[in-house]
Amino acid sequence: MSHTFLEQLWIARYVILNGIGVTVSISLLAILVGSVLGVFVGLALVYAGAILRLVMRAYTDIIRGTPVLVLVLASYYVSSAVGLDLGPFSAGVLALAIFCSSHVGEIVRGALQAIPRGQTEAAKAIGLTFTQAFTSVLWPQAMRQCLPAWVNTAAEMVKASTLLSVIGVAELLLRTQEIISRNFMSLQFYFLAGGLYFIINFGIERFGKYVERKTALPS
Amino acid sequence: MGKTILDIQGLRKTYGQHEVLKGVDCMVQEGEVISIIGSSGSGKTTMLRCINMLEEFQGGKISLDGEEIGYHVDGGTRRRKSEKEIARQRALTGMAFQQFNLFPHMTAAENIMLGLVKVKRMSKPAARSIAEKWLDRVGLAARANHYPGQLSGGQQQRVAIARAIAMAPRLMLFDEVTSALDPELVGEVLQVIKGLAADGMTMLLVTHEMRFAYEVSSRVIFMNQGVICEEGDPKDMFVRPKTERLAEFLKSSSFN
Repeated sequence: MSHTFLEQLWIARYVILNGIGVTVSISLLAILVGSVLGVFVGLALVYAGAILRLVMRAYTDIIRGTPVLVLVLASYYVSSAVGLDLGPFSAGVLALAIFCSSHVGEIVRGALQAIPRGQTEAAKAIGLTFTQAFTSVLWPQAMRQCLPAWVNTAAEMVKASTLLSVIGVAELLLRTQEIISRNFMSLQFYFLAGGLYFIINFGIERFGKYVERKTALPS
Repeated sequence: MGKTILDIQGLRKTYGQHEVLKGVDCMVQEGEVISIIGSSGSGKTTMLRCINMLEEFQGGKISLDGEEIGYHVDGGTRRRKSEKEIARQRALTGMAFQQFNLFPHMTAAENIMLGLVKVKRMSKPAARSIAEKWLDRVGLAARANHYPGQLSGGQQQRVAIARAIAMAPRLMLFDEVTSALDPELVGEVLQVIKGLAADGMTMLLVTHEMRFAYEVSSRVIFMNQGVICEEGDPKDMFVRPKTERLAEFLKSSSFN
């Protein structure tokens, strides 16, 4: 009972769609949670007192220096070892979010520090408090500065989501492997998976470019 | 003599071991236009920045309208005032910078409106009409919706001055506002400052434009190595400097 690729694809359609759904969910959650955490990490790196800043510096350096696969495994096994039964999906998302937060933290730090000091001084000179200066003057400029690097990180998260297959999260890559184990069309289905990842990341990149264009300052 | 607006007594400022201001005394009356001249490193910009607490200072006292700026003495120890209080005091003075420092993500009008809305708690339409009035005053009514990146240096500086002046400060501080401009753009900015002087705005200008200082100032202060070396009427000082340092400085500057 040999089938053509298209026939096999038709048979596997729901499995693939499901895999895409899981991959997108993992990535979105990781990017969202990671970015929120990352903003706080970045703020701490720039504005916190010496001790908190040192802690955050260590955090970002350690996390960024650790392979994502190690983070994923650690998150899964450590959490279950300490009795925190997260399950593979949550543990995986947590690992990716932590990874994401360290990168976003660095991006935010860089963006804030790239703003000329005169901006803060001008804001102070008209009588704005630090909070007002930050929200009205610094943050809007930092966000624009962050955008390209942030889009890059988002695409990295989609790619890193494949690593969750090792702890049994049924995302696109694991689903693809399951399909291949049934029909042995490894070349075709790996290419398909590769194409799908490309489409997702291409979409993210286009979206980033679109936002960049929309928020660009006229000159 | 008008009312005293600014009273600086024994102002001292150090960066680590280096003493930049070594006890500066200065009184400014309402309506005075004072140019501060001196070679770089003489402390003139630092003095200006101390007045609105962009720089901390270690000794002396600055009072604006009788209110002590930046610090208060609490049980014998000198303490920095709260951030909120300092912000309020900063709004009493306006400052224009060498590098304009306009907010690049806001239009000319929005730059001016920001302080009015956030600090003076004005409604946006009220702030907008004040912004437009001042843009018109600096000759940029047609540029209200332009972003800084779309304006020339001279235009940016005029917006920056409008932004400061729109807050109705008691005192305007100008920190070398023409130094970063192409020569052909200097005139339009000086024209604006001249107009403000004619209106009776009290101002302190750190400047390298000796001709301008000569024409506009009611008084000139010459600073040298962290102290006021000589001060007086520009007509006297530029023509008959009393100290040798000033004579040398004038010779080396473009004033002739």
